[in-house]
Amino acid sequence: MKSKTIKVDYLARVEGEGKLLVKIKDSRVTEAQLAIFEPPRFFEAFMRGRHFMEAPDITARICGICPVAYQMSSSYAMEDACGATVGGQLRALRRLIYCGEYIESHALHVYMLHAPDFLGYEDAIQMARDHGDTVKQGLKLKKIGNDLMIALGGREIHPINTRVGGFYKAPSKKDLQAFIDPLTWALEASLATVKWVAGFSFPDFERDYEFVSLRHPDEYPFTEGNVVSNKGIDIPINRFLDTFEEIHVEHSTSLQARVIERDDYLAGPMARYANNFDLLPKVAQDAAREAGLSRVCRNPFQSIIVRAVELVFACHEALRIIEQYEPPDTPFVPIEPRAGVGHGCSEAPRGLLYHRYRINDDGIIQDARIIPPTSQNQRAIEEDLRLFVEKNLHLSTEKLTWQCEQAVRNYDPCISCSCHFLDLKIVRE
Amino acid sequence: MASKKKPTLAVWKFASCDGCQLSLLDCEDELLAVADVVQIANFPEASRAVKRGPYDISLVEGSITTPHDAERIHKIRRMSKTLVVIGACATAGGIQALRNFTDVRRYVSAVYAHPEYIETLNKSTPIADHVFVDFELRGCPINKYHLIEVINAYLNGRKPNIPSYSVCMECKRKGNVCVMVATGVPCLGPVTQAGCGAICPSFNRGCYSCFGPKETPNTEALAGWLHALDQRPDEIVRAFRGFNAYAEPFRKQSEAYEK
Repeated sequence: MKSKTIKVDYLARVEGEGKLLVKIKDSRVTEAQLAIFEPPRFFEAFMRGRHFMEAPDITARICGICPVAYQMSSSYAMEDACGATVGGQLRALRRLIYCGEYIESHALHVYMLHAPDFLGYEDAIQMARDHGDTVKQGLKLKKIGNDLMIALGGREIHPINTRVGGFYKAPSKKDLQAFIDPLTWALEASLATVKWVAGFSFPDFERDYEFVSLRHPDEYPFTEGNVVSNKGIDIPINRFLDTFEEIHVEHSTSLQARVIERDDYLAGPMARYANNFDLLPKVAQDAAREAGLSRVCRNPFQSIIVRAVELVFACHEALRIIEQYEPPDTPFVPIEPRAGVGHGCSEAPRGLLYHRYRINDDGIIQDARIIPPTSQNQRAIEEDLRLFVEKNLHLSTEKLTWQCEQAVRNYDPCISCSCHFLDLKIVRE
Repeated sequence: MASKKKPTLAVWKFASCDGCQLSLLDCEDELLAVADVVQIANFPEASRAVKRGPYDISLVEGSITTPHDAERIHKIRRMSKTLVVIGACATAGGIQALRNFTDVRRYVSAVYAHPEYIETLNKSTPIADHVFVDFELRGCPINKYHLIEVINAYLNGRKPNIPSYSVCMECKRKGNVCVMVATGVPCLGPVTQAGCGAICPSFNRGCYSCFGPKETPNTEALAGWLHALDQRPDEIVRAFRGFNAYAEPFRKQSEAYEK
């Protein structure tokens, strides 16, 4: 009888505070936990009583890495509640700022948080000593994403220019055309990124995931469409809570989501890719094929390749939008509040982000519900850990620990997001 | 540099969104240069390598909201020669300090079946309420160039050069038309510390005070202006209850209008 514990008390290169714990007894994993101890911040409670126009600014503060996702999901939810739609160039600008967030967030994760695992470095700064040009390429790519967010949003973290109804101020044609050269470089750099990461060696590990993402009839999804899965889910956004549920577990300040009466599912780049491969531009599809990816990727360690393919998509999409841009007549659609419930869903770089609000006739929020990507992925992460460890018990504890950390980082988890909730760790001895 | 040991930098997180420490990674053009002159000794968001303390400079993000964190910050202070707190959470309690205006148990029991399990402090408080702080860098998020300036200043034994005047000064310098005077849009710029570059007025909206109260802010006079712009008392309360709601001048002003 042999038992072993793999423990990492403070997970590095993830956003927020989490730890992992895997207990092994007689070649069986008896426990696999991604424990989240980030202090909860009670967003859903203090949103009550706030004005509906404040929701994008306030909920952005749930996460400094994907604020645009919060701004978009909350804006769409409020517009849904008020019976308004935002179309044309304003909708295109929303996709464009989302492109900026994808480029920034994916470049950060691919180059600075995830790649060091594959190359055996503890961080990107160590990696820069041997791979200086590569790290500089990643930083330059990241900066172009940030610059796009600054141009459209005023700043890269917690942009100030997006609002319910559109934007406070629309950019000029010239403002955006300044991005054609940098984005053309970024597209090439992204293609080089796909090639680079495709050359890493990946643990042999696959799972038959339920991939959950948005799907829109005409475009790779950012903000609109149905919620779909490869196992039969196809629902409008307003039925999200009829299909998915959140449960309490004792070791986490975050709730965990699952498909009702089914099991864990995976949200994020691998899910978007599997459900929407046909909607990627040809340049991204070709890059994926050349990298050896099929239309579905089931190895979570290869999510780094999928993220790089999405970098190609985001650069291509940004260029497409800029080339077709004509400044709108007004920067926003005026929105009059009315009593009602609204739902909004968008694809944060790390996965689906759902918001639901009930507001009254004065536009005051009565009730808020937010389900971020990392709480949706938490069960999938734990299941990955369990199966991965059982397959790799022959590895040294040191190596296995590092690979377990890597298995968590596969998801680019955003732990601050996951525990905006109203619950806290419960320890009952 | 070979003969001299590099000064060490540590980054710590409390209740926050991670945005302020991300600002360091957002210094794409400066990051590798910073890493040349300081040893990044403890920065979990960026590295799994951890060097033991003590540290020359600690950057602390986030507010204190749990009994455990209220103890942890003392340990960090003891390990740090210079302790700089970054962002509205660490300097004012952040948006999560909205709980301070109510009974946090009401939040919890409204939603949870087992409020007795909830382990949280009644208030979200800034770091300076708990330990001595060498410098408070404001903003939600902070300005990343300010962060470079503060690190640079402490490495060179001088005081950081960070403005304490109002957003109006930056706004005038940019040549913006005043949104409040010209279009009647409520704006907290006159009472808010500069640092963001007056971005909201530059995008035709009023300032919502990411950087908190400026030195000697006249919040009473501004509240009068907001009132004259037909803002109702509840709207004035919300205006002062944003990301720096628990900073004293804003707290007092919002409480004055709540009555």
